[in-house]
Amino acid sequence: MKRIKGLIILAIILIALPILFPNNYFITVVGTAVALHAVLAISLNLLMGYAGQISLGHAAFFGIGAYSSAILTTQHQWNPLLSIGAGMLITGIIAFVIARPILKLKGHYLAMATLGFGIIVSIILVQAGNFTGGPDGLSDIPPLALFGWTISSDFHWYVVMSTVLLLIVWLVNNLIDSRSGRALRALHGSEVAAEMMGINTTSVKTNVFVLSALIASFVGSLFAHQQAFISPDSFSFFFSIELVTMVVLGGLASTYGAIFGALVLTFLPELLVVFEDYEVMVFGGILMLMMIFMPQGLFVALENLISRLYRNYFNPPLPVPASDGENHDVA
Amino acid sequence: MTLLKVEGLLKSFGGVTAIADLDFEVPEGVVYSIIGPNGAGKTTLFNMLSGIYIPDEGSISLNGKDMVGLSPHKIARSGVARTFQNLQIFFNMSVLENVLVGCHLRIKENLISTALRLPMAVREEAKAKQWAIDALNFCGLGEYISSPSDALSYGVLKRMEIARALAMKPSIIMMDEPAAGLNDTETAEMLSLIRRISESGITVLLVEHNMNLVMQVSDRVLVLDYGSRLAEGSTEEIQNNPQVIAAYLGTDTNDGVIGTKTGGSHYAV
Ligand SMILES: Nc1ncnc2c1ncn2[C@@H]1O[C@H](COP(=O)(O)OP(=O)(O)O)[C@@H](O)[C@H]1O
Ligand SMILES: [Mg+2]
Repeated sequence: MKRIKGLIILAIILIALPILFPNNYFITVVGTAVALHAVLAISLNLLMGYAGQISLGHAAFFGIGAYSSAILTTQHQWNPLLSIGAGMLITGIIAFVIARPILKLKGHYLAMATLGFGIIVSIILVQAGNFTGGPDGLSDIPPLALFGWTISSDFHWYVVMSTVLLLIVWLVNNLIDSRSGRALRALHGSEVAAEMMGINTTSVKTNVFVLSALIASFVGSLFAHQQAFISPDSFSFFFSIELVTMVVLGGLASTYGAIFGALVLTFLPELLVVFEDYEVMVFGGILMLMMIFMPQGLFVALENLISRLYRNYFNPPLPVPASDGENHDVA
Repeated sequence: MTLLKVEGLLKSFGGVTAIADLDFEVPEGVVYSIIGPNGAGKTTLFNMLSGIYIPDEGSISLNGKDMVGLSPHKIARSGVARTFQNLQIFFNMSVLENVLVGCHLRIKENLISTALRLPMAVREEAKAKQWAIDALNFCGLGEYISSPSDALSYGVLKRMEIARALAMKPSIIMMDEPAAGLNDTETAEMLSLIRRISESGITVLLVEHNMNLVMQVSDRVLVLDYGSRLAEGSTEEIQNNPQVIAAYLGTDTNDGVIGTKTGGSHYAV
């Protein structure tokens, strides 16, 4: 029930905002960016927060999706929808191929390997100028059209990205609360115990890595069609770190926390113009402070605080439920 | 009928021989205990039986099927469950969810219906939840069903690990020192729990230092010393075996403890 409640609240907020503030730049443009970042943070959180596998290269998959769409539509005149699918296919294959060797590593080694992967991809984006346009990037990426409806205005994109966000939240939460979701969380808790429960931990790791890459690739393609112009800057190592910061800020293993992290880190630079020059420093600082003082994340800390206050003021303490009989048979 | 058969098993770590040329057979339906001082190789044996370590030599067969070289998740599939000497809890999940992970192999799942939460998936979840609740009740943990797992006492966590293993519906369960660190009341509860598990038809492989418990609950006992077999037999045979008595320094088994009872293995599993 909690699952549905969060989703409904999120939907109400997303619908109410443009009604309360019509034609507002913050709502449409920044709101769209928040939704996009939120989807990316949620996908990274699947891997980092739930499965406990760190990735410092998530922006690479976002980039592969974006560039696949951009190259296929501008240089080969593919239909944008088809190019999104092709981007996901390419990303899926790459993720699948690197997953096994990379995910054998743990902790710092895994962090370094994913970091290396992210850097390699961004170097390729800059160097393979014939395809990628080099540091200048690619422009004139055609807009997306759905059933004859061309998504062009900022508001259209707000609607599309919000819908994607709601859909992803729903799907991810369904997954987390299922056999597969528990298997990937078990990985985080104890790999050896997970194996002993019959979970093939190697394949679960591969699957969640590929799934998280596919989601990133999908929104990468959307991003390319939305912006009509992309350059390697958007997919650099720094963006990977920004995504990690969002996840950590919101609280690992919390889908709504990831949205919260995306919200804060997308709005901050908009509010503080000076922020831009010090962006990376601020992200680094936030990461350090969070790890030291609030490893469970800001969102989760707030959530706990609110529910504690709520309990104290509105509900008397619950009586302890009586122990059930001991003689049920498991067999 | 023999359920588990171990022949010529050998495992060494660098210069240390943890298990040396070990043979034993576990008949189906019994409580089979493995005792021996710390460092005797009991946990190493469990790790080989469950596929975590690969033996250097020897064979392990379950129901006549060779198990050596299979990964733990494949061994789990053949009906082997275990608990750990130093707990392996999924602290990021609730008690119920921990035990639901134990139901992993019994749950039928279709990814599409799971992602869209179709009625089929909801029904399967409800069924699994009932299995997990039954396992928790069986272990006397009914009151902890909705607790988070990181706020529970050691004794409760030990029983939760057993509930999680039972949720697999195994044919054999291996318990590594289930009574270690428990007080007298908890130990008595553990004894009755092991009996109930055995009565429900599951073969029990038990590693335990508490001799009172071992002698009360076991059908057969294997005594390990430096990785090899010192003695094997019924509880009376073991209690009257001169070699066993000698090895445990004129042990007065009445105090219920043979061998050292301090600490445990220093290894991860
Ligand atoms: N992973 C390992 N690496 C090195 N030595 C080990 C390892 N696991 C166990 N040992 C050694 O094997 C011997 C048996 O240990 P163990 O199986 O834990 O004994 P027990 O469970 O009977 O107390 C000990 O000498 C221990 O030091
Ligand atoms: Mg041990």
